[in-house]
Amino acid sequence: MGEDVYRVKLTDIFEGPMDLLLFLIKKNEVNIYDIPIALITDQYLEYLEKMREMNIDIAGEFIVMAATLAHIKSKMLLPVHEETEEAGEDPRLEITRPLEEYMRIKAAAERLESRHILGEDTFVRRLDNKDMLPDTQEEWVQVDLFELIDAFQRILKNISPDKRMDLTADRISVRDRISQLVDILERRHSITFDALFEENADRTMIVVTFLALLEMVRLALIRIYQQADTGIIRIFYQ
Amino acid sequence: MSQEIKYILESLLFVASDPLSIEQMKRVVNVSESRVIREALKALGEEYEARGGAFFLKAVAGGYQIRTRPEYGPWIKRLLQPAPVRLSKAAMETLAIVAYKQPVIRSDIEHIRGVDCGGVLRMLMEKKLIRVLGRKALPGRPLIYGTTRQFLEVFELKDLTELPAPEEVEGPETPRQGPEQLSFPEPGTAEKSPGEPHQAKKA
Repeated sequence: MGEDVYRVKLTDIFEGPMDLLLFLIKKNEVNIYDIPIALITDQYLEYLEKMREMNIDIAGEFIVMAATLAHIKSKMLLPVHEETEEAGEDPRLEITRPLEEYMRIKAAAERLESRHILGEDTFVRRLDNKDMLPDTQEEWVQVDLFELIDAFQRILKNISPDKRMDLTADRISVRDRISQLVDILERRHSITFDALFEENADRTMIVVTFLALLEMVRLALIRIYQQADTGIIRIFYQ
Repeated sequence: MSQEIKYILESLLFVASDPLSIEQMKRVVNVSESRVIREALKALGEEYEARGGAFFLKAVAGGYQIRTRPEYGPWIKRLLQPAPVRLSKAAMETLAIVAYKQPVIRSDIEHIRGVDCGGVLRMLMEKKLIRVLGRKALPGRPLIYGTTRQFLEVFELKDLTELPAPEEVEGPETPRQGPEQLSFPEPGTAEKSPGEPHQAKKA
């Protein structure tokens, strides 16, 4: 029981190695620009050990940080050679810089969170627009891959034969097509499947568009629905 | 006349679900000068301030919106029981990185946080707070992330320039424990309490 409580607490407190490091720095009230590296390294390793004792899975990132700390510690022990390039640089900067960045982000996150959050602190009047639109009766069902392929085949059939083997040098990439589609959807929110395939589009464009759609579904950028009555497939921007 | 425009705008803001832009309002009211709309909005905003009632007018996400004052959030939440919007510490940090560093790729985010952020990024995408802006021309063509309009709306920001400037870090005491809880009156203790509702329970 007691262990379980600790388990929850520890994982709650330390999001990652940076979080643990920052915790130790605050706990010891040391300056991040003058970190007593030996002390912090020892405490860091102690914490990892404690976590291990409590059967907490220690993510690889924690180990990497331990190695970095140990490396800095060893560098600090070496005599400084005037000739070497990095002679002037404090080895601790290797963690000071990321720490600075992390602290800035943490502070920014806290400030963002302290704003009046919509849906939590402030609210707006949400009009249920659907009631006012004429097509409330329309029903949308989620389409499966095969229906999508069918629709794709239909479009391929519609292109004129002379377009089919048109090999052009400058092809649009799936990536570019995704950003084009995102632009369209940003503007329109939703679009029909057919509208995405222009009548005179060549085969490459059609295939690329199709691949882009599949990729966008995978990335949860869009949702695709088919209307129950008309069979129209519509793409919705998430 | 300006009095009239002020209340026309108020009616539009009342029924609009999303922030209304000056352009949209110009089109509806049929005026050509943005200044006319701006002045009417300013007057309307001042009227809300003077009244000190439940609403305030706010410039968010490139438009304007009437919102309820945060003091009344607890009561509204009893009525609507919305899904909690507040994010975990990990999600807030990740979101802050995307907001301040955008356009940004996942490995840069993970570099700052020191942990894997895949799951958190996906969740933020599902919540529509961040979006993919494209792919970077690097090995593996990593996705580039940025914040959405929804992000601006949720965090009450006019645009990205309104993000509070990240402060300089000086010492160990700098990362302040930001205001954990805004000082709202507890439901039931303030005088505006709607009767004595029982603790809301979700079905």
